[in-house]
Amino acid sequence: MAKFVGKSFKRVEDPRFLQGKGKYVSNLQRPGMAYVAIVRSPHAHAEIKGIDASAALELDGVVAVYTGQDLIDGGVGQLPCGWVVPECKIPERWPVEPARARHVGDAVAVVVADSPYVAEDALELIEVDYEPLPVSVGARATTEYRAQQIHAEIPNNTAYAWALGDEDGMRRAFREAAHVVELDLVNQRLIPNAMEPRACMAEWDNTTEEMTVWTTSQNPHPIRLLLSGFTLGIPENKLRVISPDVGGGFGSKIFHYPEEIIVPWVARAINRPAKWVATRSESFMTDSQGRDHVTNVRMAMDATGTITGLHVQTWADQGAYLSTFAPLIPTALSITLFSGLYKIPGIWGEMKGTLTNTVPVDAYRGAGRPEASYLLERIVEKGAQKMGMDPIAFRRHNLIPADEFPYQTPVAFQYDSGNYQGLFDKLEEISGYGDLREEQKSKRAEGKLWGVGVAGCIEASGPAPSAVAGSLGSAVGLWESGTVRVHPTGKVTALTGSHAHGQGHETTFAQIVADELNIPLEDIEVVHGDTGRIPFGMGTYGSRSAAVGGSALVRSATRVREKMTKIAAHQMESRPEDVYFDDETGNIRVRGATDDGMSFFEVALAAYTAHDLPPDIEPGLEETAFFDPSNFTFPNSAHIAVVSIDRETGEVTLEKYFGVDDVGKVINPLIVDGQLVGGVAQGVGQALWEHGIYGEDGQLLTGSMMDYAMPRADRFPHIETGRIETPSPTNPLGVKGAGEMGTIAGTVTVANAVVDALAPLGVDHVEMPFTAERIWQTIQAHS
Amino acid sequence: MAEALSLIASEDDARFLAGGHSLVPAMKLRLDAPGTLIDIGRIEGLRGIAYGSGDENDCIGPLTTHATIASSNLASALVEAAGGIGDPQVRNRGTIGGNIAHADPASDLPTVLTALGATIRVENSSSARNIEAESFFTGLFETSLGENELVTVIAVPREGAGTGSAYAKLFNPASRYAVVGACASVTLNNGVVSRARVAVGGLTPMATRCGSVEAALEGRSTDAINGASAQVASDVGDDILEDIHASAEYRLGVIPVYVERALQAACARAAG
Repeated sequence: MAKFVGKSFKRVEDPRFLQGKGKYVSNLQRPGMAYVAIVRSPHAHAEIKGIDASAALELDGVVAVYTGQDLIDGGVGQLPCGWVVPECKIPERWPVEPARARHVGDAVAVVVADSPYVAEDALELIEVDYEPLPVSVGARATTEYRAQQIHAEIPNNTAYAWALGDEDGMRRAFREAAHVVELDLVNQRLIPNAMEPRACMAEWDNTTEEMTVWTTSQNPHPIRLLLSGFTLGIPENKLRVISPDVGGGFGSKIFHYPEEIIVPWVARAINRPAKWVATRSESFMTDSQGRDHVTNVRMAMDATGTITGLHVQTWADQGAYLSTFAPLIPTALSITLFSGLYKIPGIWGEMKGTLTNTVPVDAYRGAGRPEASYLLERIVEKGAQKMGMDPIAFRRHNLIPADEFPYQTPVAFQYDSGNYQGLFDKLEEISGYGDLREEQKSKRAEGKLWGVGVAGCIEASGPAPSAVAGSLGSAVGLWESGTVRVHPTGKVTALTGSHAHGQGHETTFAQIVADELNIPLEDIEVVHGDTGRIPFGMGTYGSRSAAVGGSALVRSATRVREKMTKIAAHQMESRPEDVYFDDETGNIRVRGATDDGMSFFEVALAAYTAHDLPPDIEPGLEETAFFDPSNFTFPNSAHIAVVSIDRETGEVTLEKYFGVDDVGKVINPLIVDGQLVGGVAQGVGQALWEHGIYGEDGQLLTGSMMDYAMPRADRFPHIETGRIETPSPTNPLGVKGAGEMGTIAGTVTVANAVVDALAPLGVDHVEMPFTAERIWQTIQAHS
Repeated sequence: MAEALSLIASEDDARFLAGGHSLVPAMKLRLDAPGTLIDIGRIEGLRGIAYGSGDENDCIGPLTTHATIASSNLASALVEAAGGIGDPQVRNRGTIGGNIAHADPASDLPTVLTALGATIRVENSSSARNIEAESFFTGLFETSLGENELVTVIAVPREGAGTGSAYAKLFNPASRYAVVGACASVTLNNGVVSRARVAVGGLTPMATRCGSVEAALEGRSTDAINGASAQVASDVGDDILEDIHASAEYRLGVIPVYVERALQAACARAAG
């Protein structure tokens, strides 16, 4: 009875967003509110010798100034790391650093004022006596013996070392290899730049001792847990965390940030509501950043081009502290994907998590998987070149066959389902691959630099089986909750522990519930983002919401349906197995009976009046389910990008883009296409433009939109999407994640296209981003 | 306008505010903190385009937005450059007067006005004077605007038959400013370039007139464009800008390409 799932519906949330009626934290006001601004270190590394706030305190409208020590004395705790790999050393991290700043933007003092303007003015009046220290930057350089120590307790600035796979098998593969290819590559630092800057507001009720915190989070319940258990110490039953409309996260709003502690702490200290809203400059220097891996990768092949081994060594720059999930990204979300779409027997991945005087690095759309896909699909491309094989033919030669699922890789994961040859069939069809190669021949004959890039990518999405997550280092379970509440009038509220910040859950989750309950979409309101209204949930990241959150709602809706079936059967003097939800009338009817049966509303009301319920049925009509998946889901994709390069200036133009994705069952094709196309744009952004650059002194050189290049719509051709569907067996919907695949594939597909365009010059690798100058210099060096 | 010109003289540390697209970002970053802002945004006499007839110049009010210029009948290079500034929001607010008074070395309009031979009229409360664009821009964020002076008219020669202009630039992908930009205005007579004016920007502290390129082209056919463009190296001097977006080597390496593209496009337009 899929009247809704599988069909495109316009997003029900869009009218409020398009009319400027979204409710974002920075729009919210409380009476008597004070404003918080934060003194941030201009140095990448410095001792804080003293803070003189006297001039600021004299400024009219300044309420208070607090130092890091004031907050510590006032009971705040350190920011914890929520994912701890074995022997991981976790650096001290305070909401406001009391003694030492370790990156530009590190919080060193807090100003509270009656207006945001006064608060900003007061920042300049606070005199911090800094003693600058030597600085360490560079994912790999920071581990060298000469490098400045950033945390006394963490030698060699190395927080952890992690390895996974079959080392002996890898060594054997390289010993016996007919061909070996190798690349050194850098997956550069990215800065997320959600459209809405982070913000936090808090209100304290000193009579009930209840705290309400509004924050721009992708996961309000985990934030409440961390605030309660670690950083603020207010009991969870007295603490309500609300994430209202949130304007984009891309991972950067998963984490527990200092300001989420500072603002409620201030609100309680001054007994007034308080608010902080990041400036864009603050976003650049405090939102957790992405990628920044330095890698050496080698791949072994036999004489026929069969991949037999892969050895990867990566230094992952984690910034100055370990952000909430930082150690997860390069380890359990990256090495575990090194098998890609291929049968590779001997894989060994080694990862070092290192610390530098830069903004912390954590999950950013794709989170570990773009890094894995990038290195794998770059080396696979080089393997194809080495074998003199067409890139698609080479990949097809190595793909996991469709009849081998579930497929156990040598790097922990068991892939759920897929049809990888089918992906490439579809890709060749929608892109006219053969014609593209012909076109390339004629362009090259004219002397043009014109490249066709291919990539096939895998993703692990829908985290995660809680026990598996726990064994890999997670401090939390990764199930999801869903509540379906049928009101006495038959209208439905669906509560989900997932959080939407652009994904359109209010639409897709309503489609899921509407199908289960056989009611119109508009009768369902999806509610998320408020710990005061919703059972504990884990939030949104890792393309998990449909697979895990959607499945929880399927489960609770199914239970509601079963209860309604029993009530209806009882009232219609029939047996439950003879009762059905009739698609055509929307009624609940008895098979073979000629009457109309009962309406959905009548059964709902009966549940609440409870005048005539079956003996074993409780009144009310509300069910909550918690869904813990049995496995990740493994979306997969095959993409093609076509680029042209201006030989004289080095400018790269993306001419065409084709993406075929298998995200399992599709709930709303319109939304899935939007996710994929937007994701591709974000991935292409990394390939062509984006780069968070730090100087040797740790200064962020790309600290504004004037210097950090985001993708723009006018630089994109039409992005042609295609789909195959192999349902995932790990959740009742059969869905796989759709939120990150575009980003994961987009970057390396364009990278392969650029290298392909330059191949006639003898180029086999260029580092990202492919700026005009970098390409021009490459052309100069090879001419 | 009289009130604005009197206020700028009487108020402490006063600055004119037009579209707010140079001064306001600087203020937000606390790089600038004027004592008084004089909002000239609603002085209607300073807004809009008065097209000349015959040999008369087209006169542009300083409050004319980039968007207005981008959809105008002014010289093609100016229309082209204005349409490539920032994004629609910036073009709808930013003004030509504010832009040239700010004199960002990566800005497009100084290069274009220099190549087109525009004249900039500036006034204070007691006098007015006209400055050739070429001498208006004097350095990095520096102009020959005197204290308490306001740009009141930008006069741009009309493009008659046989004359064409074009602007070619490498966009900074973040800001959309010019990493390098080149503007050419040429007059063709029977396939011969009888007059060429060329200027470049983005790589030099201020828009720079390219006399060597012009000299190598004037009196020759369009076949000479490639060779003439290479002359730009001797026009730009040694002070070549360098930043995280492009090295001096790269800017110098590609500027002949943009000069050539601007010249080719200008000649094509001149040929009609």
